[in-house]
Amino acid sequence: MSASTTTTIDIAKIRSEFPVLDQEVNGKPLIYFDNAASSQTVKSVVDALVQFYEKDHANIHRGIHTLAERSTKGFEATRERVHKFINSAEVDEIIFTKGTTESINLVAQSWGSKFLSEGDEILISQLEHHSNIVPWQLAAERTGAIIKVIPINDKGEILMDEYKKLLSSKTKLVAVNYVSNSLGTINPVKEIIELAMAQRATTMIDAAQAAPHVKIDVQNLNCDFLALSSHKMYGPTGVGVLYGRRDLLESMPPYQGGGEMIKDVSFNGTTFNDIPYKFEAGTPNIGEVIAFKYAMDFIENIGHENIQAYENELLEYANIKLSKIQGFTPIGTAENKASVISFLINNVHPYDLGQLLDVKGIAVRTGHHCTQPLMDFLEIDGTVRASFAVYNTKEEIDVFCESLQKIVERFN
Amino acid sequence: MDLIKQRQEEIIEEFAMLDGDMEMTLDYIMELGAELAELPDEARIEDNIVKGCQSKVWLTAELDNDRVQFKADSNTAITKGLVSLLVRTLNQSAPQDVVNAEIYFPQQIGMDRFIGTQRSNGFAAMIKQMKMYALALTAKQES
Repeated sequence: MSASTTTTIDIAKIRSEFPVLDQEVNGKPLIYFDNAASSQTVKSVVDALVQFYEKDHANIHRGIHTLAERSTKGFEATRERVHKFINSAEVDEIIFTKGTTESINLVAQSWGSKFLSEGDEILISQLEHHSNIVPWQLAAERTGAIIKVIPINDKGEILMDEYKKLLSSKTKLVAVNYVSNSLGTINPVKEIIELAMAQRATTMIDAAQAAPHVKIDVQNLNCDFLALSSHKMYGPTGVGVLYGRRDLLESMPPYQGGGEMIKDVSFNGTTFNDIPYKFEAGTPNIGEVIAFKYAMDFIENIGHENIQAYENELLEYANIKLSKIQGFTPIGTAENKASVISFLINNVHPYDLGQLLDVKGIAVRTGHHCTQPLMDFLEIDGTVRASFAVYNTKEEIDVFCESLQKIVERFN
Repeated sequence: MDLIKQRQEEIIEEFAMLDGDMEMTLDYIMELGAELAELPDEARIEDNIVKGCQSKVWLTAELDNDRVQFKADSNTAITKGLVSLLVRTLNQSAPQDVVNAEIYFPQQIGMDRFIGTQRSNGFAAMIKQMKMYALALTAKQES
């Protein structure tokens, strides 16, 4: 489809694996540029969901019958897949949650209750999503710990010198995102982790935005915890992952009580299951977890390097075209960026832009993107955010820019 | 036909001419917003902001010869157009008539089709606020 593309991936073939893209919205071909909020689901994932609900549905673990066995195998196969996908040392270090938000909350509640105490410092950055702010605020309230914010520059990059100054023996935890959801900044997480480790601080990486774009290797990063969400990786909603280092997970108290997470229960006391099951109380999102495996297959079949090269090409192309639009102001101009463009256009409110683009079949996100402290720092109410996935094309960017141009002309 | 009903019928007729075309409809709404009487700067205060709207909407009401005089503004063009429809419908009526008014034009023009759930909630909040103002003005009249 994209003749002018220089990378080697077959976009027409990729698009054919996303039937949802082949439709009209408001009478115009759908252009889906809201991938940072949630990416579309690849057909192999949808097929796996149908297979599960039509043929294999049963509750996992402890079942003696055939369907329970099939479901359990599928579920554990995805755990195995995640273990390879992020290169954890052990498969037991992979915990399924309902999303990145729950993964972070699990750490904040369980690890936080055991390891945080009064006066301890939690470092988070100015770039964080509310889901990597609020759980720490709650943990700080419960424990008397203090939150300190790592500042950023006007381009949306973490100020490493300021970070170094904030680090001390009081630092108990450093929690930062790998890629900023609002601005697309790719943070130097390896260096951030290394510096934190020198202070014996625990590290938590929110990789929700990174997972679809960047190859994640938790052993190479050397982080203690890392969280990601399936629905931003062409997979189903309601599935997230928490990676945690074995010794830490083992030392942490359970997050929720219920079935699955126990060894023995009596009214005199309960003993808990081993990791990862200790943190997986109740019936999980079985079918969705099973199907998530196919999303990771999809990403790795194309290859992270190819995806990143292609998305960078889209980003560069969009930046050049958008900069020609009168009144265009990019928000977040970091040197190292994922395929996210946040912007404002003089005289046009983001909500108006979002709605007028929707009429033209173009889906973008408008508002504060769950990063109000970042918006406060930038002294704006919100932005328009276009975020690209591997199935987007330069032709779509052309239509997007032409549509924006027309809207801008109407307002001027 | 009472004034409020008559104005709603006018709106329904105007929108019918747009034939359900989303682009033209939004364009028309923004045009109507641009024609809205200007809200004085001193009225653009926190107290006059309608709660429950994602965009900022300022709304004021006062009595002029026993009729309610609404003024409004918004920081977004589409919302300004939407509030202008309400101002047009309810302006210059007796406060009690505003309180009792049945606002039916949004359903008739299929407004939920061209504004999302969030804006629909905001629109309901505007109507509620206008009725609250009118109720307060009724009390003022009685005293």
